[in-house]
Amino acid sequence: MNNAALELASEAGERVFRPAPTDSPLAMQELTVSYGEKPAVFSIDATVPAESMTAIIGPNGAGKSTLLKAALGIVPRLSGRVMVFGAPLAQVMHRIAYVPQRASVDWDFPTRVIDVVLMGLYRELGLLHLVRHHHRERAIACLERVGMADFADRQIGQLSGGQQQRVFLARALAQNAELYLLDEPFAGVDAATEKAIIDVLKSLKAEKRTVVCVHHDLATVTDYFDHVLLINVRKIAEGPVATTFTAENLQKTYGGRLATAHIDQLKLPAA
Amino acid sequence: MPSLLLDALLLQAGYNAALVALGAALLGMAAGSGGTFLFLRKRALVSDAVAHATLPGVGIAFIVMVVFGGDGRNLPGLLLGSAVSASLGLLAVQWIASRTRLAEDAAIGAVLSVFFGFGIVLLTIIQTMSSGYQAGLESFLLGSTAGMLFQDAVVIALGGALAVAFVLLLRRPMTLVAFDAGFATASGINVRRMDLAMMGLVMAVTVIGLKLVGLILVVAMLIIPPVTARLWTERTDRVLLIAGAVGGFSGYLGAALSASAPNLPTGPIIVLVSFALFLLSLLFAPGRGVLAALVRHRRFQLRVHRRQGLLALAHGEAIFDPLTLTVLRRERLIRQDAVATEEGRALAAKTLRDEKRWALARQVYQDEAVSGSYDGLTPIESVLTRDEIAEIDRRLGPPAPVA
Repeated sequence: MNNAALELASEAGERVFRPAPTDSPLAMQELTVSYGEKPAVFSIDATVPAESMTAIIGPNGAGKSTLLKAALGIVPRLSGRVMVFGAPLAQVMHRIAYVPQRASVDWDFPTRVIDVVLMGLYRELGLLHLVRHHHRERAIACLERVGMADFADRQIGQLSGGQQQRVFLARALAQNAELYLLDEPFAGVDAATEKAIIDVLKSLKAEKRTVVCVHHDLATVTDYFDHVLLINVRKIAEGPVATTFTAENLQKTYGGRLATAHIDQLKLPAA
Repeated sequence: MPSLLLDALLLQAGYNAALVALGAALLGMAAGSGGTFLFLRKRALVSDAVAHATLPGVGIAFIVMVVFGGDGRNLPGLLLGSAVSASLGLLAVQWIASRTRLAEDAAIGAVLSVFFGFGIVLLTIIQTMSSGYQAGLESFLLGSTAGMLFQDAVVIALGGALAVAFVLLLRRPMTLVAFDAGFATASGINVRRMDLAMMGLVMAVTVIGLKLVGLILVVAMLIIPPVTARLWTERTDRVLLIAGAVGGFSGYLGAALSASAPNLPTGPIIVLVSFALFLLSLLFAPGRGVLAALVRHRRFQLRVHRRQGLLALAHGEAIFDPLTLTVLRRERLIRQDAVATEEGRALAAKTLRDEKRWALARQVYQDEAVSGSYDGLTPIESVLTRDEIAEIDRRLGPPAPVA
């Protein structure tokens, strides 16, 4: 169907999915999620470009984390479609790595840092294979990348917030995926950790992998990302940071909650 | 009696007692390891609802078997009935928790009491029935080994072994679901199915444990071993192993104890044995035990007082805190009249000096490794190398003597 026909069809009330570009690592079409009867995410279309660093941005309660979880099948979708590398989610799970919010787990769980990273290898190990020396070495190498190799034998409850976040990232690295989805990786971490994490993410991009972050710090968007998705329950704007991360779009996304004076101080892309 | 106990422990107290002890050990292992994931998933109480929900099934199965001409004593038949009603109870809890605005604890309370109440009504009716062999049906409440048949023991042993194998097979996905369900989903694990498998396992252990420990106490066999194991280790695989061992040992010792004297109930004795193990662990476990925590806290307090006291000496301030005075006197850093000794003055000067070194070091090295380890108690020598400290001293200038 060409575009004109699609529009006619959708005006007639038919549910039509526009074909997603098959090369996109993550494409969402009319994705809607609701808790109870109030939609948390409403009819969002988005196409994440391959090998990009994409930020999902919006105010508190805008549905950023929910969007990510729905894309991964962690929360059920009310309607819409998610395609990962042009295929349904279930077929391509092994090409995705997910870094949940730090606060989503109990850090008093009886497990050590190295065990958490090894969890990233469970998919590969299956039910029966034993954890061998080379698995352990791979886990240590992932900890090395986030600067945590010395902490391998610590109980996870002894870590600072930033260190916890690094361990989660190391676990995702162990999955050796092509698409990395991170939920607020910079929330409440110290400056050194923020630097360590962004360095790893940039190296992932350099390795031709795709990174998508739920992000809350508007001040760092232009430095860290090249693509943005602005949402507030609905999609406000999507596109390259240079053309999309504008004062006008931010005002639309945040409404009155973001004072104009604050926007003026942001490092916006040169128009 | 001691020799009776020894006989029982060595499986010499007769065929039946040996059978019961082995069955109880296997059941304990299965319950301890199966209960580990229930505990780690923070759903321990669901097992209580499941256990209580078995009772109506026992009653209905008995009535059905009697109606069809049996005497109602067939154990597999009774267990099948209890499994069916336990799954209904479980489904009811899950339905209430997910589809209504009631929380899971309310759902558990409601389901548990309603199913149990209904079961008791059925048992009462059964007592008035003229046909069937009712005696011993109440033993499902508190468990009994009297009149246990070889085939009953085989059911328990086989079921226990199967449950242990099941736990070993699914330990990885279950650990992942318990620790981080979101990540588990994103790794391709079906969390709902894994939760179902876990509850199925709990139900199986409950059902095969019914005859031995009874439905009221079987929950203790599921929960006490993992809680005990947690006190000893910080690793999931070891919690699993220790819980299995604690469960197996309590089952074995409890069964042997109850066989060593007439009229000692098996289930309650097993539970008391595992509780004794829990109590010992709670008090004496090295990391998480109560005594270890007390000792750690006291040591820390004394170190803080020692440092505060030394800094006060260095600044020439009077010390009023009695604990600080005691600490300093005990190390002969001050005399009885609170005047600093030679040694005390030297140490005070060093403490003050270290404090200044720390202040400068935290300016110079702004990384986490240095400033993160500053708590006023960590000696600077353990964080910085000797040449680094020398450099800091050079910048601080010569030390000032304490008056």
